Amino acid sequence: MPGMFDALAAALRAEESVALVEVVEGPEDLFARKLVVRPDAEPVVLGSLGDADLDRVVSRDALGELAAGLSVTRHYGRHGEAREREVGVFIESFAPPPRMVIFGAVDFTAALARVAKVLGYHVTVCDARPVFATRARFPMADEVVVAWPDRHLADIGPSLGQRDAVCVLTHDPKFDVPAIVSALRTRVGYLGAMGSRRTTIARNARLRDAGVSATELDRIMAPIGLDIGARTPEETAVAICAEVIADRTGRTAPSLRDADGPIHRELVGDPHRPT
Amino acid sequence: MKEVLADIDRWSAEGKRVAVARVVGTEGSSPRMPGATMVVSDAGEVAGSVSGGCVEAAVVTEALDVLAGEGTPRLCTFGYSDDEAFAVGLTCGGTIRVLVEPLEW
Repeated sequence: MPGMFDALAAALRAEESVALVEVVEGPEDLFARKLVVRPDAEPVVLGSLGDADLDRVVSRDALGELAAGLSVTRHYGRHGEAREREVGVFIESFAPPPRMVIFGAVDFTAALARVAKVLGYHVTVCDARPVFATRARFPMADEVVVAWPDRHLADIGPSLGQRDAVCVLTHDPKFDVPAIVSALRTRVGYLGAMGSRRTTIARNARLRDAGVSATELDRIMAPIGLDIGARTPEETAVAICAEVIADRTGRTAPSLRDADGPIHRELVGDPHRPT
Repeated sequence: MKEVLADIDRWSAEGKRVAVARVVGTEGSSPRMPGATMVVSDAGEVAGSVSGGCVEAAVVTEALDVLAGEGTPRLCTFGYSDDEAFAVGLTCGGTIRVLVEPLEW
């Protein structure tokens, strides 16, 4: 059906949820028939797989897969019967990009925003200081917000979920304690905070004073990043993003939080480090 | 898909026809996940990818063939087998299924 690709492309450009459903196994007359399913548009379903009942069942399942952000192949009978395998349908979910909210408009922020963009994040930089939180300093970010972190999180917090990340790079207790306390009230999947081991110990004490429980403290990756000897802002950004990935996939990787000793060691023996 | 939209737009604006090749299934080790997309114009231009470079050339041939013929969508399976050690395949030992069709929907 003409127009289906245009609808898909428009949804992708607008970063709206959309699923592309296509028959990849089964009778020849159904092969490569498609649906485009858009939960936020009218009509929700475009196209047809050639049978009204099959369309109805598959659209319902596609909305479910889309909500979970999963791309899968499912099997049905020709009229949508469950437990039959005559028709194989590939459901590709295009979820809006995950979000990374970075608090603190510092040099490390620019590098982190760049690496997060490479990974496909929608990146917001937030700082209460208008002198530092400018578009000119963070052209790679999708949004630069001048606001107190806790106020900004009060606005966007309910929309954060498992796929999203909050990185607190301010390492100034005035900003990062309220930012972390507010982030702990969201369902954000990853929460990390920058700072030396000394800063982290002092901040944890302040957080406990602010009513943060031991379980909540466990959610915070601090010092932020994997223990890979990162030194420059760019290397640190890679260490942070790698920790975000490992956290999401549940893989074991050496986080700075789970070690002790200096974060930065002597550079002796690293002749290949770019300068 | 998103990363090839600009190429599709440009080729369409130039009056070219476009074929889409999309990974719709994988078994075993495979470099790209289902959904990985490559597009090919009838002038032989290519954007995106469906593997780690292992089967792209064969997919381009299939795509140009689809555009030159009646435009019937086809499912191409690429994998490793002992019998076809020199045929196009994935060195990683997995299998991918790629659906190739004209972008006319």
